[in-house]
Amino acid sequence: MPGNKTDAIDVRNAVKRYGDFTALKRISLTIKDNEFFTLLGPSGCGKTTLLRMIAGFEDVTEGEILLYGDEIESLPPHLRPVNTVFQNYALFPHMTILDNVAFGLEMRGKTKAAARKRAGEMLELVQLSQFAARKPSQLSGGQQQRVALARALAPQPKVLLLDEPLSALDLKLRKAMQLELKHLQRETGITFIFVTHDQEEALTMSDRIAVMSAGKMQQLGSPTEIYERPRNMFVADFIGETNLLEVSVDEVRNGRAVCHLGGGHALTCNSVEGIGEGAKVHMSVRPERLFMSDVPVEAESLKGRVAENIFVGTDISTLVDLAEGPQFIVRTSNSDRGNKRIFEPGSEIFVNMELGAGRLLMD
Amino acid sequence: MAAGAASGGSARADTYKDARGWLLLPSWAVLGIFVLGPVCMMLIYSFLTKEFRGGVIWEPSLAAYDQFFFDRGLFGDEPPTIEWTYITIFWRSIWQAGAATLLSLLIGFPTAYFIATRPEHVRPVWVFLITIPYWVNLLIRTVSMKFLLRDQGPLNDFLIGTGLIDNPIHIVNTNFAVQLGLFYSYLPFMVLPVYAAVERYNFSLSEAAADLYASKWTTLRRIVLPAVKPGVVAGCILVFVPSMGSFLAPDLLGGAKNFMIGSLIEEQFKGNAGNWPFGAAASMILLTMVLIILMFSARQQAKADKAGG
Repeated sequence: MPGNKTDAIDVRNAVKRYGDFTALKRISLTIKDNEFFTLLGPSGCGKTTLLRMIAGFEDVTEGEILLYGDEIESLPPHLRPVNTVFQNYALFPHMTILDNVAFGLEMRGKTKAAARKRAGEMLELVQLSQFAARKPSQLSGGQQQRVALARALAPQPKVLLLDEPLSALDLKLRKAMQLELKHLQRETGITFIFVTHDQEEALTMSDRIAVMSAGKMQQLGSPTEIYERPRNMFVADFIGETNLLEVSVDEVRNGRAVCHLGGGHALTCNSVEGIGEGAKVHMSVRPERLFMSDVPVEAESLKGRVAENIFVGTDISTLVDLAEGPQFIVRTSNSDRGNKRIFEPGSEIFVNMELGAGRLLMD
Repeated sequence: MAAGAASGGSARADTYKDARGWLLLPSWAVLGIFVLGPVCMMLIYSFLTKEFRGGVIWEPSLAAYDQFFFDRGLFGDEPPTIEWTYITIFWRSIWQAGAATLLSLLIGFPTAYFIATRPEHVRPVWVFLITIPYWVNLLIRTVSMKFLLRDQGPLNDFLIGTGLIDNPIHIVNTNFAVQLGLFYSYLPFMVLPVYAAVERYNFSLSEAAADLYASKWTTLRRIVLPAVKPGVVAGCILVFVPSMGSFLAPDLLGGAKNFMIGSLIEEQFKGNAGNWPFGAAASMILLTMVLIILMFSARQQAKADKAGG
């Protein structure tokens, strides 16, 4: 089947097996042109394997990979018009920064002079012109990271692959680089495929995210979709913090479900497709969508006792032991202190859900 | 208080310095006895007069060096012309050792690369297999090499048996046989340092090169080789230097035509016919040559590093 010329990457039923172990279990996904796409998941979920299959470092056991409509899965890496930013940067230690960046251009047939000229421009783009004559070992981690980026972008790849490039940087630098990467992607118009295990990083930078676990894709969607409407337990638990309640479904109507807790307390929340009456499933609710009061204020109020208040700078996290259920986390923003109350540990209180805050999840 | 602590610290540093001096004594002793001593003895002997039945007479003389470089006729009374005999032997030694080193590199590098890219737990087995033949005495190995290569030996029998050739190839008593012998004698000295270097090599650099459109061959030339160069240089030195002074392989496999400097030196100290000062002088010249070659290669290396190549 011919591919769509306008899709950057089309992965079709890709399977990767190492002997008896299946690292990727039939993944299909389409990455659009000019998109910042993120593969997100815990270590060992297969996200790096998929990226390396696109780059050509791992062969594809089954399935196809198309790049702008052309099958590439049988091409060796040096014939694929994609470039990679490696996790450990993999800068050539015996070459200067300038020669590192010029390497790919030279390999594509540019003369040494032309390659160096363009490499110089790339170094300007990542603000490292003054280090052109240095060796990689003379640069800091963040600077090496930017060299790796310049080197991979210099030959103008059709797709840029980034394998956890920020994981070795400290928090502040990482935040700055996240923005820089996003801006760079917009400026160059090149499709970025970014691999990370850091959900916050994924939410900050991506146009779309594919959440992976155990070699399978769990959910694909925009950051808002994934955060607000997780499809299953894994996604809800992996992305951000969440509270989970075991519930039994009594009635489903118009995307809303009426259910009850083990003790009989009734709740209304958002349902997802595939859940019917009588199902025993989990409901998730984000900590910031909860608030506390000394009297019940809504139908979705749960009785509990404050166990602890934890100050985390911008927020206060309150741990509440529910009368009917596990421990809940309630997050109160410090800017919201006028409207929302904080209770002392030991206080008997009610935890209230905002309307539509709770969602049922597939297991 | 702060000053006290500081002075205490420096006093302790001095103690360490003294202790370090004393602790280094054994290595200085070993170096002195086994390296400097023999070289000094050799240097002195090369400037003494020969005793006809071996040994020396303690009388300073330049005769040994004169004999090496100048021809003064049969009775020593003609005007000196340059003596080419020994210079030719010397030149042949450099050439043969160089060829053997190149051969070791051509075979040893892929071997080392192969071992270093095996799974980690089988690498020691491969290294072990490479070193097994070297448990056998060098003389025995060289003789068996001769047996293998001779006209009626297994190699020629095999080649004739397969119909590839009709008449045996004469390998023994050629330059090539000597090169093969030297190569076989010193192959592990090439494989082991190269293996150590390749094992330390970060293979994600090769991936990065491939990712940046470099073919396998270009990756090897531009990325792998520069990274493992120290191992390759060490291997080349470890093969070249003993090959230069080797006498077993040239004697047994090369015959009289392919005489090398090692054999020349050996003869001067063997039995009663020798000339000790001449042997010592030839050794000193060999030592000087090797030092010059090493210094030259070190300087080239430094220059290449500085140029950022």
